[in-house]
Amino acid sequence: MSETFMDQVLYMVILVAKILAILVPLILAVAYYTYAERKVIGWMQVRKGPNRIGPLGLAQPFADVFKLLLKEIVIPENANKFLFLLAPVLSLAPAFAAWAVVPFDDWAVIADIDAGLLYILAMSSLGVYGLIIAGWASNSKYAFLGALRSSAQMVSYEIAMGFALIGVLILAGTLNLREIVLAQQGGVFDWFWLPLLPLFVIYVISGVAETNRAPFDVAEGESEIVAGFHVEYAGAGFAVFFLAEYANMILISALTALLFAGGWLSPFEGLPVLGDTILGEGNIGWFLLKTVFFMYLFLWFRATFPRYRYDQIMRLGWKVFVPITIVWVMVAAVISVFGLVERGV
Amino acid sequence: MSIYEIVFYLFSAVLMAAAVMVVTVRNPVYAALSLVLAFFSSAAIWMLLEVEFLAIILVLVYVGAVLVLFLFVVMMLDINLAPLKEGFIRYLPAGVVVALLMAVELLTVLWTKGRFAEGAFPVPPPNPPDYSNTKAVGQWLFTNYLLAFEVAGVVLLVAIIAAVALTLRHRPGSRRQDPAAQVRVQRDERVRLVKMDPEPRQGS
Repeated sequence: MSETFMDQVLYMVILVAKILAILVPLILAVAYYTYAERKVIGWMQVRKGPNRIGPLGLAQPFADVFKLLLKEIVIPENANKFLFLLAPVLSLAPAFAAWAVVPFDDWAVIADIDAGLLYILAMSSLGVYGLIIAGWASNSKYAFLGALRSSAQMVSYEIAMGFALIGVLILAGTLNLREIVLAQQGGVFDWFWLPLLPLFVIYVISGVAETNRAPFDVAEGESEIVAGFHVEYAGAGFAVFFLAEYANMILISALTALLFAGGWLSPFEGLPVLGDTILGEGNIGWFLLKTVFFMYLFLWFRATFPRYRYDQIMRLGWKVFVPITIVWVMVAAVISVFGLVERGV
Repeated sequence: MSIYEIVFYLFSAVLMAAAVMVVTVRNPVYAALSLVLAFFSSAAIWMLLEVEFLAIILVLVYVGAVLVLFLFVVMMLDINLAPLKEGFIRYLPAGVVVALLMAVELLTVLWTKGRFAEGAFPVPPPNPPDYSNTKAVGQWLFTNYLLAFEVAGVVLLVAIIAAVALTLRHRPGSRRQDPAAQVRVQRDERVRLVKMDPEPRQGS
């Protein structure tokens, strides 16, 4: 090793700074995502939403956070204390760790690794542990039933999601997220949502199911099993689960933007007039705009659709999505072999 | 000591401790979770060896899928801990014999002066900066080892079909729902709107 110990320490310090540069805005985004959720659903249901704390209720997320943090942490008497406290951390850590490989722009990525897509899959499959352990350690029937429901749901929809990702990597020819975006260059009709339309739709729906959001939120179906796996958690423990859920929703939205909607690339790229102006250049603004759009879909779905029944969820995942994705992976292979879609320009 | 070595020894220590815990802890849920920790630490060590593809696959397949099912089963079983301890003395001799055999096998390999002697395998040269383990694995799998790769795929497919065939039973008399029919149902099949004149009030 030519580098000295001090170089390595300095490298670590810079790395931690980069991690903070992603995590702090992410946590703020989660805070305002909860605010946006309540406002948007409020408007859709002809209500006002939060409007008391700060102008337009803008300080509401902070009021919520302080309320949750100042509450007493209640640990049930028969709970397994160690696992009970470990579970929220186990669900939050993968939700944050996955952001390491997300490219915000051509240059803005912490770890530009060739197995990026696999890493994302691995991290999202780890999230299920926090849930199972929380349900089991609470030593409560409602919590355990909720944990079983949501982990079975996550494991099932991960398969459809995995197949959708295989379609993307067949067309892109790489597992590196930055190169996947670069393979979509050339304007809005060169993005992968068009040749992979069924996979794109399935990925978005599976993403909603994977994060246990409405209409797939049987895991917390209030009318059936109180609140699901986190029913015994109070105060900070609950806040951490909440944070993990919203961080996962933002992650799924960002991934949809990267894999199917061209990431930071501009939709006007290659157009005669607009393409030559600043609107035609790809930058981080486009990526954030697309991510926010997919984040909005989560809220829209929640205000629109009634909750699915549990057996219908399983049927949709296994008997509808998995066969469609398998067929479309083959179609993607044909597209790739005959070069029907240009890879980048 | 470089930072790599610190990381290596850290993860090795965690790996050893977790592996010991898998076989010593009483609670089977803790044993399964220790196994998760052991897999994760070995994945981190593989990462240090620049085999990021295998490390991530280890996490994805074993930690993310196989052990989740393990944990399901262990949690659902109502395990009584007392009988688990009873057989310890009974099985101790057999266990000791197996452990000794494995120790002897390991030591003979390590102490052999021939193939595995120290210096027989020089430290491999470090890979160039643009080396990608993922690409390398992919190229080997789809060129030199294509046949083995496809045979493995067929074997897995057979295993899936066998698992489905073994568990799929149609019991006569079982009542099941058909969600497709439920989704397709129209209003006219369930509701009949009737036009009728209002009836005169009773008793007037």
